[in-house]
Amino acid sequence: MIEIDGVSKVFGSGVQAFTALDNVSVTIRENEFFTLLGPSGCGKTTLLRTIAGFNAPTNGAVRLDGQDLVSLPPYKRPVNTVFQNYALFPHMTVAENIGFGLEMLNRPKAEISSTVDQMLDLVQMTAMAGRRTSEISGGQQQRVALARALAPRPKVLLLDEPLSALDYKLRKGMQVELKRLQNETGITFVFVTHDQEEALSMSDRIAVMNHAQILQVGSPHEIYEHPSERFVAEFIGETNFLIGTVTQADETQGSVALDAGGNIVARLPQGEGGMGQVTVAVRPEQATFCAPDSGEATVSGTVSNVVYLGTDTHFHLTLDDGNPFALRLQNTPDNSVQQKVGDRIGIAIAPGVAQVLKD
Amino acid sequence: MADRGFDVQKQRGFTTIALACFVLLYTPIVLLVMYSFNVGTSIAIWEGFSWRWYVSAWENEQVKVAALRSLYLAVVASFVATSAAVLAALATTRRPAYRGQTVVFAIINQPLMVPEIVTAVALLIFFALIKSFTGYTGGAFLFVAHSAFCIPFAYMPIRARLQGMDLTLEQAAADLYGTPLRVFRKVTLPLLWPGILAGAMLAFVISLDDVVITEFVKAAGQDTLPTYMLGQLRRSVTPEVNAISTVLLAISVTMVVIYFILSQRKN
Ligand SMILES: Nc1ncnc2c1ncn2[C@@H]1O[C@H](COP(=O)(O)OP(=O)(O)OP(=O)(O)O)[C@@H](O)[C@H]1O
Ligand SMILES: [Mg+2]
Repeated sequence: MIEIDGVSKVFGSGVQAFTALDNVSVTIRENEFFTLLGPSGCGKTTLLRTIAGFNAPTNGAVRLDGQDLVSLPPYKRPVNTVFQNYALFPHMTVAENIGFGLEMLNRPKAEISSTVDQMLDLVQMTAMAGRRTSEISGGQQQRVALARALAPRPKVLLLDEPLSALDYKLRKGMQVELKRLQNETGITFVFVTHDQEEALSMSDRIAVMNHAQILQVGSPHEIYEHPSERFVAEFIGETNFLIGTVTQADETQGSVALDAGGNIVARLPQGEGGMGQVTVAVRPEQATFCAPDSGEATVSGTVSNVVYLGTDTHFHLTLDDGNPFALRLQNTPDNSVQQKVGDRIGIAIAPGVAQVLKD
Repeated sequence: MADRGFDVQKQRGFTTIALACFVLLYTPIVLLVMYSFNVGTSIAIWEGFSWRWYVSAWENEQVKVAALRSLYLAVVASFVATSAAVLAALATTRRPAYRGQTVVFAIINQPLMVPEIVTAVALLIFFALIKSFTGYTGGAFLFVAHSAFCIPFAYMPIRARLQGMDLTLEQAAADLYGTPLRVFRKVTLPLLWPGILAGAMLAFVISLDDVVITEFVKAAGQDTLPTYMLGQLRRSVTPEVNAISTVLLAISVTMVVIYFILSQRKN
């Protein structure tokens, strides 16, 4: 379990001071595949380097299983990193690279060589054990970097966008492989990416970051279906935003009178917020068609564009108040799309599905 | 044709100027080597091929003593200078920028910027002072002087190599439980090796052919090969000087070639 407790990191000083981490707190559980997701420059690498020990936090504490990490130098932390650029040692072979950590831990020769063999097998690089790292491909280098970081059996593995340099197919393959490795080894993975699809498909939990802060932590499902704020909703997937006023609320849900007409029962954010004028987030696949202006319809509008995408169809709609709305329907073999451009339609949103945002 | 910007090779007169430079640089050297094989005693009139000046230099006791002193000096000076340069390069590259960095840089590179004759005179006076206090007049002064002025020459390629080195390699090694000392031995040093080799060879060659500082610092009977040759030139010039120069040239070329081969193999 990693506890990140009120960690701040300020680079530089005076007028040049830059806050790369702003009072970040999060707890990463044991054996978890934990992903840091956010746009470029939001502080993902800085947070990872703080855990690894390459930069000292300006404020706050980092603990691993209750033990303080901040006072330990990187070489005393049971944490290994897969670097963004792999950072393989160019003067060593693939096998020597993988054995490096165990060698530094002064493990017996026999143990080192058997672990190295095991690791080579795990990442399917046995045939290339004797090669220099400059003599293997990018994807293979990535696997060696992974094996090198796994070989000493760290408690935590930090991975900084390890798949970003790979082509689409290789990346898909490695995603599956990483997930399998994490299951097999039981090591906690802290994974950095700015690819939302990657984050959703691999993670147990995701922390969405922006501007040096963590905005929301939750399972892929929670993050996607119930984003807490506009940035999270916008950063992951496509979202419709409807403006309205909360007319009635209990602990988890509230009724919102939409400016576009109609009422919607939506989930309220936890904690503060969610009264008065609010924004409601609705995913394109959370809405369906119904008869316009009927009791079933939350809002009504007209179809302005239809895009057929094989597995599903995207509808671009214009609501009665002039705002756009995106709706996605899954295609089935027996139904053909009936709605055409210019048709007047109703949009039904089931109660408790949409999410009221904090801000 | 696509515009490739300013192309110096396309400028008028480029070939002529380039050729003139090469001729100026290499003709004297070619002549020097050629006349080292002259049968006669003239360094200007060709009278036929012979090894006689090499034999005469080889049998000249003074040449031998001076050559050995030069070699010994160059080996010790380049070793000391390179060790110091490695430490200096680490201290100036492996830490965040700090106030006064340029000053430190300038101090390390002082011998490159101060005219050699000034350093020579300063050393002469300084060592004379020490000599008068301690009474010691041995060869150590030469070793100290050579080690010192060779440092910036060793420092430059080592620093360049360190700056070009990927910092994450050292971080990766530390991440994999390498203590600072072991990271240095296992990662930094092997990767730095071509730079160290280049620095050491540069220092060696610089020490080997130094005249000005040696001339001012040496005591009587402490001639190195270059100062011995200078002394000879003042009396009578024979192709023996050419022969010694040719051997020095051969040593330099060999070292450059060895360095080249070694650094190619590393990559
Ligand atoms: N050593 C440093 N000195 C000053 N500023 C820094 C330093 N390292 C990072 N920063 C700044 O901190 C911010 C966060 O950097 P960080 O590397 O953590 O971003 P990131 O989220 O990993 O982005 P990316 O997805 O592009 O890798 C950036 O604006 C960066 O410019
Ligand atoms: Mg980064």
